Amino acid sequence: MKNSEILTCFQCGTCTGSCPSGKYTSLNVRRIIKDSIKKDISEQLDLWMCTTCYNCQERCPRGIKVTDAILSLREKAVKNGKILPAHRAVCKFLIEMGHAVPIDDIHIAIREKIGLAQPETVTKYPRALKDVKTLLASTGFDELIK
Amino acid sequence: MKDLSLFLGCVIPNRYPGIEKATRLVLDRLGIKWSELKEASCCPAPGIFRSFDKVTWLAIAARNIVLAEENNTDILTICNGCFSSLMDANNMLKNDEALRNEVNMHLNKIDKDYKGTIEIRHIIEFLHNEIGAKNLNKLIERPLELRVAVHYGCHLLKPTKDRLLGGWECPVFFDELVEATGAKSIPYEGKTSCCGAGGGVRSSMLETSFKMTEYKLLGIKKAGVDCIVEACPFCHLQYDGGQVELEKAGKQYNIPVVHYSQLLGLAFGFTPVEVGLHLNAIRSPDFEAMIAQIQKKGMS
Ligand code: SF4
Ligand code: SF4
Repeated sequence: MKNSEILTCFQCGTCTGSCPSGKYTSLNVRRIIKDSIKKDISEQLDLWMCTTCYNCQERCPRGIKVTDAILSLREKAVKNGKILPAHRAVCKFLIEMGHAVPIDDIHIAIREKIGLAQPETVTKYPRALKDVKTLLASTGFDELIK
Repeated sequence: MKDLSLFLGCVIPNRYPGIEKATRLVLDRLGIKWSELKEASCCPAPGIFRSFDKVTWLAIAARNIVLAEENNTDILTICNGCFSSLMDANNMLKNDEALRNEVNMHLNKIDKDYKGTIEIRHIIEFLHNEIGAKNLNKLIERPLELRVAVHYGCHLLKPTKDRLLGGWECPVFFDELVEATGAKSIPYEGKTSCCGAGGGVRSSMLETSFKMTEYKLLGIKKAGVDCIVEACPFCHLQYDGGQVELEKAGKQYNIPVVHYSQLLGLAFGFTPVEVGLHLNAIRSPDFEAMIAQIQKKGMS
């Protein structure tokens, strides 16, 4: 996200008015865009209330990639060590099992009952899972969420 | 057009395998040339991983894409999250050489190389573009006389400049595919609004996510429908599991949630159990009796 693009924001509030989360939470996306120009907002929990629905980005009259900006701001927050415990747990699932939502015994049994074998994913192929782990180590992801 | 590799993702094989089964049944019935994409991982989920580290998100997505490149097949997704991650990653890698080189540097460590030779499809987009609602309708043996609330889901439609499926404020292509089964798509308040699950909100702020879900369920309930139809297991989970949670707080909705693969399966005459409807958390005897009635009528 180029900063020059964000600087064209004229604070019209269309983004906030289109936000399904902001109706119920403290997320004010217009303010996030405004604040992000002047300061580091890594500490703001609101960043994580966005469902990435893209309504704001679609409707912004300046064509600012608002949702993409939120993703970049989140990336920065993560680099500053701001990771919610629940998200850290999901990341660990990816690192250990190659899936954000891994299989469990209940669902292995359900699959059997409806005539489905083990999924043809990394769950079944240890060598493929090893490849995923190699990649996550190579990009530094396992260190990032430690 | 290339043959298709079916990309399962996480939620379908590991939480709602009935959708996987229904998809296999309908793809075979349609005579589509497909096979399973073996060795695939999480797409990885756009909400969390794309927010955490772009290069990691791209590298894991690229590995999944390369698995299909090696088979010379396009990827068929049955989840909006998988569609979004894989399509966005594929576009970025095709168009940005520096990023592609960076990702390939990681991929080369596992003897893989991203080339950019395949496309990412979504079952709704695929049926709409390659078969079309009219042709699909001709294949239906048992028109499903149901009143349906269609939920597109955010990432099937947006960003519109990448999805190329038209505008997102009042789309019709999914409704047409639903109506091809003989069902009627009923308008409701908040139709294009988010289910509340995306962006890592469900995993870290469940209560918050349910506020958005409840807004949807209220609009759907008011419209008086027999079921919700979506094309994303994460939306499916949010509506189905969400209703169970809301029930604990004394809020009863009891609206069955059906993935489009399951709906099409029913229209092809497969039983509710064959398409895995019985694996939903929200079971409605009335709805199941209604389907049985329709299917009996179709047989006579
Ligand atoms: S819609 Fe665009 S221009 Fe208006 S406040 Fe939001 S980011 Fe700024
Ligand atoms: S993408 Fe996020 S900030 Fe933008 S409208 Fe949707 S929930 Fe709100």
